[in-house]
Amino acid sequence: MDGQRIHEWESRCVEEQPPACIAACPVHLDVRAMLGCARTGDWRGALATLVRAVPFPGIVGRICDAPCEGACRRAEAGGAVRIRALERAALEFGGPRPPPVVGKSLRKVRIAVVGAGLGGLAAAVDLARKGCAVTVFEAAERPLGRLYALGEAALPAQAIDADLAALASLGIDLRCRTPVDAAGLGELAAAFDGVYLGVGAATSGWPNLDRDGEGRIAVDPLTFATSHPKIFAGGSLRRGGAPYSPVASLHDGRYAALSLDRMVQGASLTAHREHQEPFATGLYTDVSGYLPAAPVAPAEPGGGYAADEARAEAERCFPCRCVECVKVCEYLAAHKSYPKRYVREIYNNDCIVLGNHKSNRLSNACSLCGLCEAVCPERLNMGEICLEARRSMVDKGKMPPSYHDFALRDMAFSTGDAFFLARHQPGMAASAAAFFPGCQLSASSPERVEAVYAHLRGALPGGVGLMLGCCGAPAHWSGRSGLFRETCDALAAAWEELGRPRLIAACPTCRRMLETGLPAARVETLWTTLAEVGVPARAAAGVRVAIHDPCAARDDRATQRAVRRLLTQAGASVVEIDAPERTTCCGFGGLASFVDPGLADRTVDRRIARNDADYVTYCAMCRDNFARRGKRAVHVVDLLFGGEGDAAGRPDPGFSRRQENRARLKSRLLRNVWEEPVPETATEPELILSPEVAAALERRLILHEDVRAAIRHAEASGEKIVDARTGRCIAGHRPVAVTYWVEYARQGEAFVVYRAYSHRMRVAKEAPE
Amino acid sequence: MTTETAEPALICGKCGCALETGKVEVEYLGNRFPVELPRCPSCGLVFVPEDLALGKMLDVEQALEDK
Ligand code: SF4
Ligand code: SF4
Ligand code: SF4
Ligand SMILES: [Zn+2]
Repeated sequence: MDGQRIHEWESRCVEEQPPACIAACPVHLDVRAMLGCARTGDWRGALATLVRAVPFPGIVGRICDAPCEGACRRAEAGGAVRIRALERAALEFGGPRPPPVVGKSLRKVRIAVVGAGLGGLAAAVDLARKGCAVTVFEAAERPLGRLYALGEAALPAQAIDADLAALASLGIDLRCRTPVDAAGLGELAAAFDGVYLGVGAATSGWPNLDRDGEGRIAVDPLTFATSHPKIFAGGSLRRGGAPYSPVASLHDGRYAALSLDRMVQGASLTAHREHQEPFATGLYTDVSGYLPAAPVAPAEPGGGYAADEARAEAERCFPCRCVECVKVCEYLAAHKSYPKRYVREIYNNDCIVLGNHKSNRLSNACSLCGLCEAVCPERLNMGEICLEARRSMVDKGKMPPSYHDFALRDMAFSTGDAFFLARHQPGMAASAAAFFPGCQLSASSPERVEAVYAHLRGALPGGVGLMLGCCGAPAHWSGRSGLFRETCDALAAAWEELGRPRLIAACPTCRRMLETGLPAARVETLWTTLAEVGVPARAAAGVRVAIHDPCAARDDRATQRAVRRLLTQAGASVVEIDAPERTTCCGFGGLASFVDPGLADRTVDRRIARNDADYVTYCAMCRDNFARRGKRAVHVVDLLFGGEGDAAGRPDPGFSRRQENRARLKSRLLRNVWEEPVPETATEPELILSPEVAAALERRLILHEDVRAAIRHAEASGEKIVDARTGRCIAGHRPVAVTYWVEYARQGEAFVVYRAYSHRMRVAKEAPE
Repeated sequence: MTTETAEPALICGKCGCALETGKVEVEYLGNRFPVELPRCPSCGLVFVPEDLALGKMLDVEQALEDK
């Protein structure tokens, strides 16, 4: 796979972007994680998250100007989460503060900090944590003088004392009553490895540093560098008259410390600092589904939250995530992550040369239905990635043979002589149009195909030819580009032979495949054609159905409208399940059901639970999958061309009947429409199967014809095993790549089948020793 | 891979001999393993029981497909 494209796909998924609160916080406290702990009552975890980002939680939890709350998306549903009050709660209920972790540094780096305000101390803390020896010079008699001056009501002195005490273990050398003047700053810069200048707004002087246009010390807003290579500066001195923001000072101190550390290490000052400033996040969050809830007010007015109040407030955090696609797709949910991770996983899986390919199923269980793209704010389509991965697996010979073998053999049946047919309308030498019913409608409703073809012959001028075959979708979906090409070429040849008629496809997948594979052909759907030429009147009078658009018709507005119009004209009352562009796959798409049958079943089950009415759809596989899972469902042709009988109660024909129906359709058409003598094809020997055995065969992807072949082989060659206790025979037969075992007994001319199973492993028939 | 001893009731339809457990080779995707399976001592016809085919054999097939 192409690494460049992978990167492009990966970067489109916004799920890993931070929520608005984190992006807006000047020190990017992981608010979502903190509240995640808080809502479960894990206050220790909440506190640990808090102190990782905020060295002064007691102070910040009371007086932070809380830009996070200004950005919080809960504001759209009742009011912003009271994040600051929850910080205070974390400190109150979180037990003893975890002590700061000090890293080891190889060389003793000495840093001077001028000014013991929040910014200076934040820089000192971060550098001390990195193992630097830090000396803080403060002119006043104690640090954080500005905060003590706020008064007990706003910020109790005890809270400040506690924050300072918690940092004692860092061994910062704090020298109060030690003013630093311009000359002193020069000396510090010479004596120390680096200096942070955080002296507040009022101070002037420092002639050795350049000024900006407004007379303030010129400070690079990204790196906090001044004109002196060893001196970095921040805090109020660079903000001029802006209102004091404690957390802005923390921001400056923290990121200036990062620069100082990089400076002494000789690393780039500017690299990877994109999201340092508060920013507007790209994380998409749909909040429309949340009921409004007002913020929890503490029982004690002006006081902090009690623990249960704090928990209740934390529960108001959504938390913000995107996962729009994961919410609607069983496959994406089943793999427990989201597309950004999946793309990487699929790519890594593709790159493995030796070793286990753990993510083969991840690339192959997606039904390529495009719903993710329809709901994604960035229009990311996992199906494209999965298809690309499948092609790569096939090219490298790494596609597990068991995934698609059965579906591809079924396709070969439809492209082969048993089903393939391309004819002009009888009595015509040309075809203005050709009907392409597709292999699955022919497999599911062969009589309706005959009826539709008869109707089209009567309704359209210029001759309506017929093309029976498979559009190649299984080849395309399974990543077999070569086989898909061959299939299209064969169809194209037949289409040329018919004189390039416009193609009328009954199946939306066929329509898409034909458009891709036969780009020169004009392809339309049966439904837009019928909407023009009309259908038998009021065939569906009084029927009430909920309409399911097949995923392949997701973007085909014209067909969606035509189907609705036809049904209404026929007298049916049609209700919507969902917006057509948000329809889901029935599990057959992308051959997903062959790779993860349980997942495909869950996909169908979720869909059929959406509406109690019988479903109507215009894909035979959707119809049959709904029926298979117990939902009453009809195909549009059942309503427009149906005869008597309960079409919605018709069971899924199953794989064996599908093939038989196709073959029978071909011979019936040849006999009845073209009046050719076609010999009855014998399906010998006759099998007798209990419903349980038949269901097991279906689940195990064993066709009745596979069973017949095994029995024929055993009976003809005598190669079989006899169970002396029951008198039954066991046949083993390996036509190509699968060995089938069948336990059976003769009953007259027929055979009772008791069980059948298969394996792909080849067993050598050993000669006796 | 091994399997339980063959059920004595299984008889080769061609030779009439009771199947006996013996060593045979199985192969998948170019990998070969010896296994013990019921087979005809006379003509070598081998039987793979259902639990083996749908159990261990399937597991090994899938593991090899992911190699
Ligand atoms: S919808 Fe899915 S793929 Fe798109 S950004 Fe959101 S999580 Fe990522
Ligand atoms: S709802 Fe939660 S995650 Fe979203 S912005 Fe508000 S606090 Fe942050
Ligand atoms: S199954 Fe459909 S919605 Fe889910 S990832 Fe695949 S293409 Fe997207
Ligand atoms: Zn024998």
